[in-house]
Amino acid sequence: MTTDTNRQVAQQDAPQGIDFDSLSCPVPLQDYPHIILGHGGGGKLSSELIEHIFLPAFENKHLAGLGDSTVFDVQSGRMAFSTDSYVVQPLFFPGGSIADLAVNGTVNDLSMSGAKPLYLSAGFILEEGFPVAKLKRIADDMGAAAKKAGVAIITGDTKVVERGHGDGCYINTAGVGVVPTGVDINPTMARPGDAVLVSGSLGDHGMAVMSVREGLEFEAQIESDSAPLNEMVATMLNACSDIHVLRDPTRGGLAASLNEIAASSNCGIVIDEKSLPINSTVQSACEILGLDPLLVANEGKLVCIVPEASAANVLEAMKKIPHGANAAKIGTIVSDHPSMVIAKTSIGASRVITIPIGEQLPRIC
Amino acid sequence: MKYLTEYRDGEKAIRLAEEIGRIVTKPWAIMEVCGGQTHSIIRNGIDQILPKKIEMIHGPGCPVCVTPLEMIDKALAIASRPEVIFCSFGDMLRVPGSKDDLFKIKGRGGDVRVVYSPLDAVQIARKNPDREVVFLAIGFETTAPANAMAVKVAKDQGINNFSALVSHVLVPPAIEAIMTAPGNRVNAFLAAGHVCCVTGFEEYPKLCEQHDIPIVITGFEPLDLLEGIRRTVIQLENGEAFVENAYQRVVSEAGNLAAQAVLDEVFEVTDRAWRGIGVIPRSGWRLSKAYRDFDAELKFSVSDITTCESELCRAGEVLKGTLKPNECEAFGKECTPRNPLGATMVSSEGACAAYYNYGRFVQLETSSSAL
Repeated sequence: MTTDTNRQVAQQDAPQGIDFDSLSCPVPLQDYPHIILGHGGGGKLSSELIEHIFLPAFENKHLAGLGDSTVFDVQSGRMAFSTDSYVVQPLFFPGGSIADLAVNGTVNDLSMSGAKPLYLSAGFILEEGFPVAKLKRIADDMGAAAKKAGVAIITGDTKVVERGHGDGCYINTAGVGVVPTGVDINPTMARPGDAVLVSGSLGDHGMAVMSVREGLEFEAQIESDSAPLNEMVATMLNACSDIHVLRDPTRGGLAASLNEIAASSNCGIVIDEKSLPINSTVQSACEILGLDPLLVANEGKLVCIVPEASAANVLEAMKKIPHGANAAKIGTIVSDHPSMVIAKTSIGASRVITIPIGEQLPRIC
Repeated sequence: MKYLTEYRDGEKAIRLAEEIGRIVTKPWAIMEVCGGQTHSIIRNGIDQILPKKIEMIHGPGCPVCVTPLEMIDKALAIASRPEVIFCSFGDMLRVPGSKDDLFKIKGRGGDVRVVYSPLDAVQIARKNPDREVVFLAIGFETTAPANAMAVKVAKDQGINNFSALVSHVLVPPAIEAIMTAPGNRVNAFLAAGHVCCVTGFEEYPKLCEQHDIPIVITGFEPLDLLEGIRRTVIQLENGEAFVENAYQRVVSEAGNLAAQAVLDEVFEVTDRAWRGIGVIPRSGWRLSKAYRDFDAELKFSVSDITTCESELCRAGEVLKGTLKPNECEAFGKECTPRNPLGATMVSSEGACAAYYNYGRFVQLETSSSAL
């Protein structure tokens, strides 16, 4: 009777499309359809989470031993290492979920140094009461995202905090990758005359999350652009091994990335507003809310600084990847106004693109 | 986007600017009243393509900038109370009060929430009957109808844990105050299109007549603004002074009668202090007698607030158009968007913030051309 009641609660809490009954968990996991403190205690409940949720989702040979750490072979040469934490609300949004962000975010951070991402870790901080069905969906989505990106999640950890001390589910991922010989990509490498490229439409992720979080409805649903960029980077490096800078314009949007590149390389950047690829629904949503799409987050886009002579080849390589279809050249690196990003406006005037002080605030009118 | 992209055509904008250049023979100072227009002028660089003889003066039409310090301090006092959920539009959160801003109150545990519509705040009140929900109702005639509607809905539905901290301001008294201020240099006004969309423009002919100034009702896109400026310059050059509607796709002479009916019911005209300018008679709205129960100022007894404005800040002169932001001694030194001394440095519509971003480039251009 108790179990049935709990199940009903779990089914109500479960995201649409999740069939709680399809969970192949033996008792006692199904007796606890919500996370309790014991799931982070390192005992039997913890083991059952690993055995029935994480191992099937992340399935790979490195997880077989379940040791305190995972051992893997390394190649000679240079490696890249990165970490990021994911605290997005809502956990599921059009075009993706916290799971996609947690895998793609770290894969993309590694890719931005030209590295081929190999292995990820996954740390979960769960709030007491979080539905196990949702955790399973997140783990499954992470497994699928890792498979799609060609990486393996080879170590992990789960902690549970008391109800009210967390926001459902936080995830941290760290990752390692191998940098191919001869590749030297970093934010100080932009040089006057280089071309500035972006891989597709700007602001999709930030507006997708905001539309769900704030209950805003637009004519067409805005979907997050969350995607792994390692395949695109590999294709670009094949077209030109002399790529100078790569950045993924996540928080702070394109404006923050360009300002960071300009400051790190001590160069100026001039972009042409008319050339910016922006989805018309995102543009409309930004107009309504008084937001600048250049400051809105992306989760599957990159900015590339490349010698002008190679720009056409790299652009063509980007367009070969499905989520690079709208890639465009948007500007040029200049020696004037170092550390400053200038946009040529639609009427041929100029404005300075600055980094917001904190979060972008919707305007009153 | 229909009604937007066609008003952003770069080539047409340059042709309009060139036409203005052919018409103008004397220097003119034109004030755009609305902060949204200031934002668009700076964002698109419209002042950069205008003939040098035309000077755009950024007016007091940024609601964030003119909300008096006393009202901000009252908001901070109310937002600090444990029983209160304080709801505000986003860009009010960083406006400095005497000591704090709403972000800092939120950081210390105050329940401060950004809403996109005042009706969202009413909804929050409905869902939290054990809490007091206060909405910071500021702005010009543009935002007032939705704010009035929120109070009306709360009253009609008996949501008594909702109240509004009201500091609405009105455009025509501000125009009057600017025209009669000592040192006034304004020759003509671009009236705020969205304000007139609500109110119509029946109040404007007498202002034109009394002060011998052209007033052209103008929109917000580059071609709207340039067309407004073109019509203004024609009047100035011909020695004329009348009201013209250059935003006919949105504004009618009578305005939005349904909105006006709600405003008349919920609000009444009152004297209002404007930050940096001072009290302007009959220049604002407060809740009318029938709606006093929803007045947060009365509900929370925050009348004994003493304020402390920065001694360095000269935002008042900027708002009246008698001082350019970069002429202020504190500009870019003690006062930056990160550490604003006055509200004009906070809002993206504020003249000082706009100058801080754009002005850096202008100074750079000037210094490089001097080399």
